[in-house]
Amino acid sequence: MSKKLLIPLGVFIVLCAFLLVGLWRDPREVPSPLIGKTAPAFTLAQLHEPSKTLGPADLKGQVWLLNVWASWCVTCREEHPLLVGLAKANLVPIVGLDYKDETAAGKRWLAQHGDPYTVSVVDRDGRVGIDWGVYGVPETFVVDKTGTIRHKQIGALTAEVLEQKILPLIRELQKS
Amino acid sequence: MREIVVCLQILAIATIAWQPLAVLAADAVPTEKDAVAASRAVKLSEKLRCLVCQNQTIADSNAELAQDLRRQIHEQIAAGKSDDEIVAYMVARYGDFVLYQPPVKSTTVLLWAGPALLVVVGFASLVHLVRARRAEPQASPLTAEERDRAAKLLAGDGGKDVA
Repeated sequence: MSKKLLIPLGVFIVLCAFLLVGLWRDPREVPSPLIGKTAPAFTLAQLHEPSKTLGPADLKGQVWLLNVWASWCVTCREEHPLLVGLAKANLVPIVGLDYKDETAAGKRWLAQHGDPYTVSVVDRDGRVGIDWGVYGVPETFVVDKTGTIRHKQIGALTAEVLEQKILPLIRELQKS
Repeated sequence: MREIVVCLQILAIATIAWQPLAVLAADAVPTEKDAVAASRAVKLSEKLRCLVCQNQTIADSNAELAQDLRRQIHEQIAAGKSDDEIVAYMVARYGDFVLYQPPVKSTTVLLWAGPALLVVVGFASLVHLVRARRAEPQASPLTAEERDRAAKLLAGDGGKDVA
């Protein structure tokens, strides 16, 4: 066989390889441009004590998680037991961002499913969500001691992601 | 019959009572008084992708996020931001993916240049092929014997073998 005939075959195989890899990638996971950047500032009222506020500035000096949730979010139920477990381990403060939710419904939901959050803050109209590049619920961010976003989990946390990615990252960030 | 009259009366009252509400509702919708600003907002939202329903622009999509982002665009136009500033605001939060037309960058060069490259490569290989064909040696000339036979054939000699 002529060597020239191998060229189209080679091109075809490379194309197939690209398409095959593409099959296994999730188009819903859009890489966040905020990773490695300072966590967007906010000052939001707390869910349980609306007179008090919280923002990233209050958490400087520690590694923390921001978990975006809502009482209307079905997928949040999937990851919720993991968050409750993580809260029990008392490794990191978990801040809940109650995204576009009714305060009463949010409180009821936490009472029903357990409250893993150190503090929950209310993002009633979703503006803070936009600043953080949130485009679905749940999403989870890992923020380091300097207030820099280090990781973003899009969609529900799984035991696997938690064990293999998030917990090792938290430990590493806490050491530094 | 009386019931019908009563019903009609209620309906009439309800219609009258509803009208001011309808007017109020129309007022409550955020209308863009400035036609230029409105067309700018539409143009911008046609350039931006809705991240929830990824094959729609935020102008087309009715997802909540798209509505929120449209609100952001309106507010920022009202605040006097330029189109580039608004686009930069979106890209800073959602990345280049939010742009329907990806920017030319080192990572997207292949995407932009790919089609042109394909045409150039295709044309070059076509030229190469045609030239190679032309350069191929012509069919070898006939021997004297063959020429003889051909002449006979053309003369209508039945093409009998001379040999």
